[in-house]
Amino acid sequence: MDLPVINTNSSSGEAAEGGGCASHSCGSTDDQLGHLPEHIRAKVHNHPCYSEQAHHYFARMHVAVAPACNIQCHYCNRKYDCSNESRPGVVSEVLTPVQAVKKVMAVAANIPQMTVLGIAGPGDPLANPERTFATFRELSEKAPDIKLCVSTNGLALPESVEELSKHNIDHVTITINCVDPDVGAQIYPWIFWNNKRIMGREGAAILIEQQQKGLEMLTARGILVKVNSVMIPGVNDKHLAEVSRVVKSKGAFLHNVMPLIAEPEHGTFYGLMGQPSPTAEELQALQDACSGDMNMMRHCRQCRADAVGLLGEDRGLEFTMDKIEDMEIDYPAAMVKRAEVHAQIAKELEIKDQDRLFQAQAKAALAAMRGEADAPLSRPVLMAVSTKGGGVINEHFGHAHEFLVYEASPAGVRFIGHRKTTPYCEGGSSCGDGESALDETLRVLKGCEVVLSAKIGFEPWAPLEAAGIQPNGEHAMEPIEEAIAAVYEELRAAGKLEEKPELQQKVA
Amino acid sequence: MSLEIIESCVNCYACEPLCPNEAIYQASPHFLIDPDKCTECLGDYDDAQCSSICPVEGAIVDELGVALNLPGSLTGISEAMLAKYQAAVEATYQAALEAKTG
Repeated sequence: MDLPVINTNSSSGEAAEGGGCASHSCGSTDDQLGHLPEHIRAKVHNHPCYSEQAHHYFARMHVAVAPACNIQCHYCNRKYDCSNESRPGVVSEVLTPVQAVKKVMAVAANIPQMTVLGIAGPGDPLANPERTFATFRELSEKAPDIKLCVSTNGLALPESVEELSKHNIDHVTITINCVDPDVGAQIYPWIFWNNKRIMGREGAAILIEQQQKGLEMLTARGILVKVNSVMIPGVNDKHLAEVSRVVKSKGAFLHNVMPLIAEPEHGTFYGLMGQPSPTAEELQALQDACSGDMNMMRHCRQCRADAVGLLGEDRGLEFTMDKIEDMEIDYPAAMVKRAEVHAQIAKELEIKDQDRLFQAQAKAALAAMRGEADAPLSRPVLMAVSTKGGGVINEHFGHAHEFLVYEASPAGVRFIGHRKTTPYCEGGSSCGDGESALDETLRVLKGCEVVLSAKIGFEPWAPLEAAGIQPNGEHAMEPIEEAIAAVYEELRAAGKLEEKPELQQKVA
Repeated sequence: MSLEIIESCVNCYACEPLCPNEAIYQASPHFLIDPDKCTECLGDYDDAQCSSICPVEGAIVDELGVALNLPGSLTGISEAMLAKYQAAVEATYQAALEAKTG
């Protein structure tokens, strides 16, 4: 409110680009970054965590150098450590700064698509300032082609802003679950502040004040701030729309609402008390409700604090410390290779953007010629896709650990989110609660009317159809958005997409 | 007089930089307190620093072996909830075992 720095730029940016279709937000994809001013887009275009498009091509890694934490959250258990688990805060191997730098350079040399190094835990990076900043200092010097970012609960943020601004850090993520201490008291049992443990509402109030102060200080310096929020049904779900408004007014450029992860076997307070997580539909509804005010991020995979690789994959096991010790890294040579790979991807993306723009224009022109404005409205349809990355449909239905969900409508194809599942081919009947892997997949795909995969076996075909989800294996290896647009067009031509009668009445 | 770190320590490092006497040091399998250096923060702070930031209930005890942070005092997780946790872990383990053997 006092310091709407990026916000101000944002409105002028929008004004400058207004009136007509800006190339980046037009066409078949509703890029969540389409509304951002050019100087911010330039900073985030190759950042897999900030750009929905970039995450298909660029990789990130986290190094776990920050084990200490200065607060307790009810969705976290500091004892938990399991390599089968994938959620923030969980990590197998805590590294020293020296080890971390070595690991980053080894990964950067072997995975040239890796553009971003983040420190996210497993505790709070700014509660470990010496370890965190030693890592950043070394990397700024030795690997200047890597973007650095940091994720924090915000408690120690104001005192760290000065140091943060000295390094190659242009993104900071703050986890802000509330702006009201009464809500905070239900999420944070305690904080450590000024040499004391402060319990309950009092602690939550201090945390909130520090988060907001830190957010304002960062945006005042032109450092980009993304805000993460964990959606906790019955605790802060109703409150997050206000959080979204407040953080936008203070200059945050992106809001990432993530679903609570809470199972009894995690040993967290929420897990043990049976606190429900939001369904995919509830999450989407909240993201949609916030999107009027704020750029919403929808492709977050809630990575581990030691994740390596493209979003949704983890190549951490290829880069354990014992393997890295044996690697010879010639970083100057790697930097040349990396620059080539980045340039190639940039070129590819540019061609795709152009294609998309031409297609959209051609489609619009054709529609105008046909006079389709008078045609009955087609309703939006959710479709799920299995992919291994690269923006194409290239994964078998039975191998998918997750499905990407898109909404197709006359306005185009927009990414909605991802839904995790157990791969159908790996699931047994031993999952304890009796739910088979296919049942689980059918449940997570609820609301989708089509699923597109590289191949779909005979067995799941009938159950999918019975659940109202049309399996489709006809678009293997095709770009996701083009395939979805094509299927949507088929459905429309077949007369399956006319608005439901009650909706038409509402429109009329 | 001295405090002691016991085996439930998860090696999170949080206490180590806070100690006014530099009595805490990294060791295997967990951090330890040098009893000759520890003053329980008397004269420096109102509360012992290590036990004020430690996230694990029961991991720091006094000379009598009494935990400074009692069960449930930090996480809100009661003993009954903990029993449920252990049961869930056991069930997950058994299921994994069955899947492997059967």
